[in-house]
Amino acid sequence: MSSYIPNTAEERELMLREAGYSSFDELYADIPDDLKLKGELALPSGKSEFEVRKEVSSLASRNKQFGTVLRGAGSYNHYIPSIVKSVTSKEEFVTAYTPYQPEISQGVLQSIFEYQTMICDITGLDVANASVYDGATAAAEAAAMCIDRKRSRILISAAVNPFVLSTVRTYSFGSGNKLEIIPEKDGLTDIEKLKEMIGDDAACVIIQQPNYYGLIEDARAINALAHEAGAKAVMSCYPFALALLETPAEAGADIAVGEGQPLGLPMSFGGPYLGFMAATKDMMRKLPGRIVGETHDADGNRAFVLTLQAREQHIRREKASSNICSNEALCAMTAAVYMSAVGPDGMVEVAEQCVSKAHYFAEKLKESGLELKYKGEFFNEFVTKGGDADAIQAKLADAGILSGLVMGSDEILWCCTELCTRKELDKAASLVKEVLS
Amino acid sequence: MKLIFEESRPGRKLGLLPECDVEKYEIKAPKRALKLHLPEMSETGISRHYTQLAKQTRGVNDGFYPLGSCTMKYNPKINEDMASLPGFTGLHPLQPADTAKGALSLMLGLKESLCEITGMDDMTLQPAAGAHGEFTGLLLIKAYHTDRKDLARTKIIVPDSAHGTNPASAHMAGFEIVNIKSNEEGCIDLDTLRSVCGPDTAGLMLTNPNTVGIFDPNIKEITDIVHAAGGLCYYDGANLNAITGIARPGDMGFDVIHLNLHKTFSTPHGGGGPGAGPVGCKSFLKKFLPWPVVERQDSEAFLSMPEKSIGTVRSFFGNFLVMVKAYTYILSLGKEGIPEASTNAVLNANYMRVKLKDKYKMAFDHTCMHEFVMTLEHEKHSLGITAMDIAKGLIDFGIHPPTMYFPLIVHEALMIEPTETESKETLDDCIDAFLKLYETALENGEKLHGAPYTSPIGRPDEVLAARSLKLKYEFEA
Repeated sequence: MSSYIPNTAEERELMLREAGYSSFDELYADIPDDLKLKGELALPSGKSEFEVRKEVSSLASRNKQFGTVLRGAGSYNHYIPSIVKSVTSKEEFVTAYTPYQPEISQGVLQSIFEYQTMICDITGLDVANASVYDGATAAAEAAAMCIDRKRSRILISAAVNPFVLSTVRTYSFGSGNKLEIIPEKDGLTDIEKLKEMIGDDAACVIIQQPNYYGLIEDARAINALAHEAGAKAVMSCYPFALALLETPAEAGADIAVGEGQPLGLPMSFGGPYLGFMAATKDMMRKLPGRIVGETHDADGNRAFVLTLQAREQHIRREKASSNICSNEALCAMTAAVYMSAVGPDGMVEVAEQCVSKAHYFAEKLKESGLELKYKGEFFNEFVTKGGDADAIQAKLADAGILSGLVMGSDEILWCCTELCTRKELDKAASLVKEVLS
Repeated sequence: MKLIFEESRPGRKLGLLPECDVEKYEIKAPKRALKLHLPEMSETGISRHYTQLAKQTRGVNDGFYPLGSCTMKYNPKINEDMASLPGFTGLHPLQPADTAKGALSLMLGLKESLCEITGMDDMTLQPAAGAHGEFTGLLLIKAYHTDRKDLARTKIIVPDSAHGTNPASAHMAGFEIVNIKSNEEGCIDLDTLRSVCGPDTAGLMLTNPNTVGIFDPNIKEITDIVHAAGGLCYYDGANLNAITGIARPGDMGFDVIHLNLHKTFSTPHGGGGPGAGPVGCKSFLKKFLPWPVVERQDSEAFLSMPEKSIGTVRSFFGNFLVMVKAYTYILSLGKEGIPEASTNAVLNANYMRVKLKDKYKMAFDHTCMHEFVMTLEHEKHSLGITAMDIAKGLIDFGIHPPTMYFPLIVHEALMIEPTETESKETLDDCIDAFLKLYETALENGEKLHGAPYTSPIGRPDEVLAARSLKLKYEFEA
């Protein structure tokens, strides 16, 4: 059995006596006898570190790791520079608590301040928080920021990631706000339908850029429509799209959120990820979660602290802007290290490679006999039609390739990142051709 | 020290990627016109920058961290090793289930272990943190009443000693909050509870042991009163570290529970996250759990969609790598080690409490569970010494301050949670530090107002930070 208790049996007895107790049971005298667990937990006995390593490693080896990943849909396989893991596995960062004591937490606080600056920089917006759980909860929190007494309708595009949609819906079940789905047309948010449904009491319009099908939305037009109706404009963005496409700020969004996983976090079967959130100055006090600000100490040294805490649950309780307490601080640091490693040119380079490879692969798949389902311009994901989707998935899996996500009997949502080589894409396309012929 | 943006120099970069091996595609949609200001760094520069930041950060590895309510226990290194296995980190969450059998099986094993430890029938691993779990659990309660068309149940009862997340989560779940005063022992006053329970009661949220570190001995009466009124009982698992393997919330009458894997199950806190907040429930609430739920069919794990699911509370399955760490920890400790961790957490807390109580007034002079609360209210009036002064003074002894000014029902509170992974000599050193600080308070209080003296910075001006907001670095135009 492994134990992480330093005190020996003798030391424990000594401490017990010095504390004035004659037995360990006495410490639990407040727990009524009939509520105490009779006997042992129905769990295996504790194991040595060696045995645990073997058992958990054998679980890891029962999973199939694909050499080539052509699937995205909310989780993306990007290159992770070695410096990222080296920094974020430093034990000071890994084992620290939320930086409530600024005098001995300047490292974490400064790293969050730098992260906030980078999120503002990539989105173009004024203020960012220290992170929320993931992209889906970031969208749900953004919707909550827009609600007021007169406006409680949340309008969300049907072309957002299904987990984002489902999570915003669940949060709305909690808050009692009305969620309405803007239909899609040709894979894009239907702007004409949005005009009809927006009314004068919508709180916000939420779109995804690029959307779930990989298509680039006319964000500027949708955001303008939201503003004309007095609603806020919320954009959920793929971080690399921010490097290339018109930013949320330029497109007129009030809030930008997104899944930060592509910024240096492994896919990890879905988590931990990172929800980033940025907003205009006007909405600053409605932002949920931790925010770090700059100040100084009595000697004039630059110092960083958690600030605007009057928004938070430990001060405001039920009147807080959110209940969030733990966030994804270490993942936010990961993203900051990643963005420092690739730098401004690298962000653009990764984005361009993703886009170029996706467009190359789409052409190859067309040559193999698949069609593109939508006509609109796509970023690094796209939907094909044709062939037996399950058969394509199986054929590629046999070759160690994770195909795009099967969306229907003959529909697949593909994704390319900078990690897909031309050779791999050619091979995948030729395997698809074999399935079709 | 410098911000990374101040260290940036034009043209510095790492060589990370080969040149693109396909033709470049030019996007036709409107392009970004704003300049990107991300730092331009060498790898040396990044490495040194963050090493400097690490030196100004304090983790459990650096020393004693008796932060009440946060369970800052040591984080075993095997946990991190296991969570770094490529067979876990390299998995796409939407890859076919038959290619992720090990991951699903680990999630199932974790879920079943946690159900056994808490006395619950089923569990979702999806919530990402404690507060996220609270919100999820409250939605289960809401879904239950809604499903029964019992729509008048709009109120959640929360004691005034509760964590701030409790009322905040209840509000997010659309409930009205009924705050009830604690009794003189810091526990629930049964008459007060009876007086607020009724046909509008959706449920009660409770931490037990509570936030003053005391196990409420009336717990069964409490849950009975709520159940008799038609409400459900929610257990905030933040303080579970006191009782694992000793008593189970499920046996106390709780219907829903969340756990903080980053507290009780030693997955680290990461400077504020990621954590994980699984939510357990009794079988009658199973059908409302978020989708997907991992279930057992013979010896295999599979994913299922609960019949009346509240929906997802985030993407995918939850913070999977955190689950790997918690499962590793449970396998290591096993059925013997789990209760042993709790008894030693309780022993360490009582040892410190008894050694300090002659000098420091205990908010409740009573055998505590895993933590205890002291009050500096008297010293504030007689000596002008606050809880903050003592807390900051501890920093100069190399000890992380306890939780300050919480729970709200105790004035000038210091809440101390040593955890089981600290040795007797660490506790003795901390006791000595507390006693020396008390002497300093008596002899030279002025000195304490200026503490800490040995940290990289002194007490920052928090008022200035909030008044003259500077929330990001401003780049030169």
